[in-house]
Amino acid sequence: MEHIELFFKSIFIDNMVFATFLGMCSYLAVSKKVSTAVGLGAAVIFVLAITVPLNWLLDQYILQPGALSWLGAEYADYDLSFLSFILFIATIATMVQLVEIIVEKFSPSLYNSLGIFLPLIAVNCAILGGSLFMQSREIPSLGLATTYGVGSGIGWFLAILAIAAIREKIRYSNVPPALRGLGITFIITGLMAIGFMSFGGMLTGGDEEGLKEGDPVKVGVSAPDSEKELANNTKEIN
Amino acid sequence: MALLSKKDTKLITDPLMDNNPITIQVLGICSALAITAQLKASIVMAISVMAVLAIGNVVISLMRNIIPSKIRIIVQLVVVAALVIIVDQVLKAFSYELSKTLSVFVGLIITNCIIMGRFEAFALANGPWKSFLDGIGNAAGYGLILVMVGFFRELLGSGTLLGFKVLGDPIEKTGLYALGYENNGFMLLSPMALIVVGIIIWVQRSRNKALIEDH
Repeated sequence: MEHIELFFKSIFIDNMVFATFLGMCSYLAVSKKVSTAVGLGAAVIFVLAITVPLNWLLDQYILQPGALSWLGAEYADYDLSFLSFILFIATIATMVQLVEIIVEKFSPSLYNSLGIFLPLIAVNCAILGGSLFMQSREIPSLGLATTYGVGSGIGWFLAILAIAAIREKIRYSNVPPALRGLGITFIITGLMAIGFMSFGGMLTGGDEEGLKEGDPVKVGVSAPDSEKELANNTKEIN
Repeated sequence: MALLSKKDTKLITDPLMDNNPITIQVLGICSALAITAQLKASIVMAISVMAVLAIGNVVISLMRNIIPSKIRIIVQLVVVAALVIIVDQVLKAFSYELSKTLSVFVGLIITNCIIMGRFEAFALANGPWKSFLDGIGNAAGYGLILVMVGFFRELLGSGTLLGFKVLGDPIEKTGLYALGYENNGFMLLSPMALIVVGIIIWVQRSRNKALIEDH
């Protein structure tokens, strides 16, 4: 049940593009045609599904305060969480390279459709964002982390597919000259984001909590235990 | 201007308007929009990006001749990640509340396309002093948009600027509120950031016709 809940939450309510603006650069740059948008979207799902669980393992067994206790009692006090940015990005960069090599070797046809997008993805904020949100929301298990990765990937895929389809059609409309291209894309994305906000009530039954989902100050982060947060303020990101 | 030649000044002023990283080059939007509901957060974000970009540009520019081009992306990522960790720790130490507001978006400076974009396009081909100026200029152009968006969203959304109630007190009905003015809470929601940037692009391109795209 919690898998299904997290899955739909990460697709619709905490949609990477519309709720947190992650991966906007490639979202705007590669959304001129539906076919390329599908390729990039698929690559994002693929990479998120691999890197989020991997980074969960890293976070759980290396980075969190006390995570090193499996090495022995004398390591139990270590807190390496300040290293998380560099470890996460290194994991992502190496995974992307590795996936590129493997895909090229075993499935040239998949490589032809995904391959050119893979290097782009190493610096896509959606990928690092997925890992950082996974860490700051304290997702409890490896299975849930995988669900979260796949779900946010699909959310991103949906967003880029929708905007690419709209941009293909809007070419035939009479947009004010100064808004053409980038300007109108921004405004459409804003309108789509307003539409996606209506999913906020989907899991909460429409009570107050659901309405706050779009609030950028606490971008969908489930209400943290503030006293606990302040107590170990070197650990938390959010 | 002994310090800055004409070319150097252009490096700083160009990205402010006609070659703005956000509205023209379409770089660095990811981390820009989500934190602009308050002016203060926007300013801090702009300063953080400026520090990371200027120092990172200098470091990459100093190493440009010894980085093998095949692994340059990873080298760049490591440099940025190290700088961002420093910024993050400084923010946590001196302004913990604010670093909580910015949450993961400080970390996302690493994948901010502005930074990689400037490394690739400028620092790998130019000397340290020019790269430094280019970093300052581009981060300033980025910051300018951020501050503009933050200004309008905070003013119209909560009627304050940097936390000061410039439009009067909405509860005691002073200032503008005495006339029946209401805050537009919608401005605080994330979609409005996109629409505000869209409007800025509109205004900018109406003033400078050369920037208009043909779809």
